[in-house]
Amino acid sequence: MNTAVPASMNHRMEVIIGALLRAGVVFSGSVVFLGGLVYLSRHGLETVDYRVFQGEPEDLCHVGGIAKNALALHGRGLIQLGLLFLIATPLARVALSLFAFAYQRDKLYVAVTLFVLGVLIYSLLYR
Amino acid sequence: MNVLILTILIGLGSSVAGYLGSLTGLGGGFIIIPMLTLAFGVDIRYAIGTSLIAVIATSSGAAAAYVREGFSNIRIGMFLEIATTAGAVVGAFLALRLPTHAIAVIFGLVLMNSAYLSSRPQDESRRTQASDRFAALLKMNGTYPTPHGPKSYGVRSVPAGFGLMAIAGVLSGLLGIGSGAVKVLAMDQAMRLPFKVSTATSNFMIGVTAAASAGIYLNKGYIDPVLTMPVVLGVLIGSMLGARHLFGVETRKLRTIFGAVIVVLAAQMIYSGLKGWIIK
Repeated sequence: MNTAVPASMNHRMEVIIGALLRAGVVFSGSVVFLGGLVYLSRHGLETVDYRVFQGEPEDLCHVGGIAKNALALHGRGLIQLGLLFLIATPLARVALSLFAFAYQRDKLYVAVTLFVLGVLIYSLLYR
Repeated sequence: MNVLILTILIGLGSSVAGYLGSLTGLGGGFIIIPMLTLAFGVDIRYAIGTSLIAVIATSSGAAAAYVREGFSNIRIGMFLEIATTAGAVVGAFLALRLPTHAIAVIFGLVLMNSAYLSSRPQDESRRTQASDRFAALLKMNGTYPTPHGPKSYGVRSVPAGFGLMAIAGVLSGLLGIGSGAVKVLAMDQAMRLPFKVSTATSNFMIGVTAAASAGIYLNKGYIDPVLTMPVVLGVLIGSMLGARHLFGVETRKLRTIFGAVIVVLAAQMIYSGLKGWIIK
C-alpha cells in the first residue's frame, strides 16, 4: 500500500513546524532571560537553599498565578511565564499538526493527534 | 553563596553539559541532574523539574533543525506519542509518590543502561523496504534524504515499538529526562527504521513527551524559576554551539570519554541514593 500523502504537503508541514519550534524556543528563552535580569538585579545578593525541598509558592505553580506575577513584572513570575511558553511550544506543534492532518482529511491521525493534545492539556491544567 | 554567583556557576556548568550533550547526541539532561544534586546539593525533586524543562528546550531547538532536513517522520512520531505522553503522566505521578532515594537509584541504573545502549554500533542491515500490514495501515513508511536523492523505507513491529515507547514515557516523567536512548531503541531496533530517521524522530518526540509531565511538575512546585533559568539558558547556548561544531570534531573519541563520565556519575547517583536509603 502506498501512502496517499503528497510529499510536498509533508515537506511544507515540516518547514512550518520547524519555524514554529525555533520561534517558540527563542521567544521563551528571551522572556526567561529578561525575568532573570529583573530577579538578579533585585535579589542577586541574597542566598538561596535548594537542599531541602519546599515546593514553590502556590502562585508560581499554575497558569493564572504565573500570569498575575508576570504582569506585575516580578522576576520570578516572568521567568516562570517564559518556562510556560517553553512548555507550550511542543503543545503548539501538536495543535498545528492537528490542523495539517485535518486539512489532509486524515481522520485516523486527527484522532491520534487529538488524544496527544488532550493529554498535554490535562497535564498543563492539572490542579 | 549568593544567588548571582550560584546562577553563573550553574549556567556555566549547564552550557558545558548542553555542548557535550549535543556533540555526542546523548542529550544534556543526563548531566544536569547529577550536576545539580551531587555538585550543588540540590534536592532531586528540584533537579528533576529543572532537567525536564531543559529537555524541552534542547529537544525543540534540535527538532527545528532536524524537521527541516526531512529526517523526522511526523506520523510515526505522533502515533508513538500516544504511548510516550500517557507514560509520562504515569511517570510524573510515580515521581510524586516514590521516595527520593529510590528515584536516585533508578536514575543511576537508567543512566548506565542508556550509556550502554548508545555505545552499541549501528546495524543498518536490518532495514526493510516493505512495511508490515499494521504499519501500512498507519501510513508510516516514508523517505529520507541521502546524497543520492530520497530513499524510501518501510516500518515493522509497531506494537513492540509502542510498548517500548510507553516505558520511555514513564522513565521520562519519573526522572525528568528525555529518554532518547530508549526511544531510539524502539524505532531503530524494534521498528527497523533507518538510524538517522530514528534519532531525528526521537528528538522530535522528546519535547512533547516532556511537556506531558511538565504541567504536573509545575503544579507540584518542582520547577523553581531561579534555579531553572541558568540551566535552560546555559543548555540552550551550549547545545547550539555543539550543533555548530558537530562536523568539525572527532565524535567517536568524545562519545567514549562522555560515556565514561556518565558511568561514573551514574555510579555516584546509585551510591548516594543507597546511602541515604540505608542510613535513614
